[in-house]
Order: sequence, then C-alpha cells, then structure tokens
Amino acid sequence: MTDISVLKKVLEGGKFAVTAECGPPKGADPEAVIKKAGLLKGKVDSVNVTDNQTAIVRMSSMAACSIIKSLGMDPILQMVVRDRNRIALQSDILGASAIGIRNVVCLSGDHMRFGNQPQAVGVFDLDSIQFLKAVKDMRDGAKIVGGEALTKAPDMFIGAAANPFADPLAFRVVRLGKKVAAGADFIQTQCIYNLDRFEKWMEMVRDRGLDGKCYILGGVTPLKSPGMAKYMKNNVAGMDVPDELIKRMQGVSKENWKEEGIRICVETIERLKAIKGVKGVHIMAIEWEEAVGEIAERAGLLPRPIV
Amino acid sequence: MITAEQKPMDEIREMIAPYKRILTVGCASCVAECAAGGEKETGALASALRMACRMSGDEKVIHEKTLDRQCVKDFVVQLDDVIKDYDAILSLGCGAGVQAVAEMYKEVPVIPALNTEFLGETRDQGLWVENCLGCGDCMLYFFGGVCPLARCSKQLLNGPCGGSRDGKCEVDPDVPCAWQAIIDKLSAFNALDRLEMIYPPKDWSKKHGSGPRKIIREDQKR
Repeated sequence: MTDISVLKKVLEGGKFAVTAECGPPKGADPEAVIKKAGLLKGKVDSVNVTDNQTAIVRMSSMAACSIIKSLGMDPILQMVVRDRNRIALQSDILGASAIGIRNVVCLSGDHMRFGNQPQAVGVFDLDSIQFLKAVKDMRDGAKIVGGEALTKAPDMFIGAAANPFADPLAFRVVRLGKKVAAGADFIQTQCIYNLDRFEKWMEMVRDRGLDGKCYILGGVTPLKSPGMAKYMKNNVAGMDVPDELIKRMQGVSKENWKEEGIRICVETIERLKAIKGVKGVHIMAIEWEEAVGEIAERAGLLPRPIV
Repeated sequence: MITAEQKPMDEIREMIAPYKRILTVGCASCVAECAAGGEKETGALASALRMACRMSGDEKVIHEKTLDRQCVKDFVVQLDDVIKDYDAILSLGCGAGVQAVAEMYKEVPVIPALNTEFLGETRDQGLWVENCLGCGDCMLYFFGGVCPLARCSKQLLNGPCGGSRDGKCEVDPDVPCAWQAIIDKLSAFNALDRLEMIYPPKDWSKKHGSGPRKIIREDQKR
C-alpha cells in the first residue's frame, strides 16, 4: 500500500472530514493503543495521536502512530514544541515520513506546570508557527531551518490548532492567518461549545479569505456529566462552556448524562455542517472513544468515504 | 537589575557548619535594591547567624562587610587586608558576585547565601518582576517594549497562544499575558502591523550557543 494521507484525500475530494483523538497510554502496552484505535476504525478518516498531552508522560506519539498505521488506519502525529528543540523536531518529521506517517499537527503543547513533571525545562526553541514553517520548508523546499538541503523531502499533510475562544478575539484570526501563511493545510479547533462565538469567528475567518486557504475542522468533545462541563469551563485553559449547556446537563438525571452529552455533540456537528467554510469535524472524546462511532452515526457522517 | 532572595536559614547553617571564622560579605548594588544582600540585610543575616550559633552552643566568629559592587574586581580587593582572618566567606552577592570573590581568593571557600533569580525591575515596594532573558539580540522594538521571551510562559515570538484569557496567562491567573500587553501597547501607537509578519526562529547561539559569553571592548581596556 502506498502511504497516503486519507484526511487529505477526503478533504480534497470535497467530503466533510471526520477525525478523532486517541491518547496513548501511560505505559508501554501496545494493546492499549490497538484497543482504542479499534473503536475508531471505520468511524473516522484519520486519528490524531496526542503528544504527552497535559504534559503527562505517555507512550510517544510517534510510536503510537506507528501501531495505528499497522492497523491500516491513517494516523495524525501531534507534535509539541515544549519537549524538543529544532534538531529533534525536524529529525522526528523525517523519521515520521520515513515510516509512512502522512499527517502532522504542530502545536505549542500544554505547559509543564499542568502535568506530572512540573520541574521539567520547557524547550520552546521554536514556537508552533515557526515549526509549521519549518515543516512546510522541509516538504516543499527540501530544506531545513537555516536552508541546508535534505536528500529527500518528507511527505506531510500539515495541520495546526486554533482557539476561537481565547483572547483577544480580533487577533485570533490574525494569528490563524499567520499559521496558514506558515504552512498549515488544515486546522483543528479547540472544543466548540459556544457556537455563537464560533460563528462570529468563522465570519472573521471568511472576511480574511482564510477558509479558502486551509481546511477548517471544528473540534467537539462530548460531555459526560455536568461536573465535567463545569470543570472544563473553570479549569481548562482556553475553554468556553456557556452556562446554558451546564444547566442543560444538570437538567437530566444521572443515568441520562452521557446520552445528553452525545445529543449536544450531535446537534453541534449538525450546526457546524451548515457553517460556510467548515470542512469537517474533529471529535475529541476524552477517554470515551466508544462514543465516537455513535456520534458519527447519529450526525449522519457514516459510512466514511473510501479513498 | 539582578534579583535574588535569601536562602533558608537551615541551608545556610548547614553550609557554614564546618567553619569557625566567617566573613559575611554583602553587595550594595542590585541585591541591595531588591532587599536581599545589601548592607542592611548582611548585618541582619550576620546577627541572626551569631544568635543561632550561640543558642546551639556552636562557637563561631561571624563578621560582616558590604562592598559597593561584589562583581567588580576593583571593589573586591577591599577584602585583601582582612581575608586572612577568616576560613570562609558567606556571600550575599548574586551568582556573579559569589564567583568574582571565589576567583580572587582561591584558597577560601565562598558560600552563597542568596538564590539569584532573574533580570528584572522593581515594579512596586516589595515587588520585583522578571522582564529580560539577556538573549543577546534585543527584539523589544518589534514587541512594543514587552519581551515575549522573558514574559510569555511559552516564549512565543508569534503569539498569543490559545490560553490567553481576560489578559491573563493560562499557566497562572496571577501572570499577565505578555501577548495581551504586546497587542495593547502596539495598538496604542498604531503599530499592530508589526505582528502580521512571521518572526523566524530565534538565534539562541547569541545566548548560550557557544558556552559562557564575554564582552571584549578594546576601547575600554587599560
């Protein structure tokens, strides 16, 4: 099988794309990855593999991507600039391409202070935008930072993140423009709960013509409980959970929380599908991968196209 | 200026334990400004140590002296005449001061009494804030006089990240978002366009790429 990015094919084919997230285990067990990925197989086009998310030590994203690839699925390698300098980042891009990984998402990464190694040094040699540009220059110009030539360019579909809910609102779109100019082919957004603000942000994105220059996938995370909704609102950086949603979760009995969470998620996807410039959805069901298939089914996203 | 804070008393006492005659040396420059190692703090530390030693029956002679600048050889030489009377120096200089004294008197152990912290400013009475990394290639022009390398938790040159909320940093709600400050400042004099460009990777070789740095100025040599 030739190594191709399924995500790229789906998006270029004009289909509404579906990606999901798979967090590697806090251990060396490949079965944990195989089990999680199995829940996503056939339900999504490609699978994001997080890179020591929330700054907690986990199996490396690259290794988990390799396992997922061996299952015949299309992994998206998330890479953060928190832990590696430009030598290591570029080296890993070459390595990822060599083992057939075809998607990368370039991120800053959650700060060390949130994780289980708060005494670690934060590298931040490149920022996420400089990293995007480095990957693009490697792919399109076969050169590394500083201009030295590569013997073979890596083949990568390049992604970035955007948070429509952080401040300052007006500058969020300027920064998205910088990410696109730096090399982002696709964007996955922070979890969307406040659709009004997201629509406002998309309007600004369209005003700058950015929806024509990259594929935007709206991020969603199904809520499991009213407690989770409150926790995300108050404790998770860059998250905007409107009070109405918390009330809605509180309004149903405990045994129906998950159903209500899935229902909200499906409604969100329906609304996202109708927004001009949104080309797909990124479902981040945190430690709840089994919900992804049901959400995709109920949102009318199945079956996934064969590419 | 260089900021510092005094080490815990127990740690200082442990380090000075083997010595009987100790000269406590303060510095009247930066560490005096941040109330960590000036004449006043040096006197206070020496008294506190004398008291603590006496209480625990530990016979020590502890004297004090404050230099104008502990990191400048021309001032450190003032210790030449007295150094022979002591078997250790307890320095309330910054890391540079401790090392300048240690370099000068090779046979004498020099013990740090402070933890050197950062390059910063005195923002208010009792408040010092970090605002310079000493990167060797100042970019403050582009960022309206606010350094993202020193003041953004993720050192973004192309910020702000997605964790900026109500002008605060996601890492700590007490930390102002440097990027919000940059945007506010540049907006104030219509220079927000400076943020449209992509700032390339920083040349860190100017900070620590080739080992410890030095400045050589022929016109200043004697």
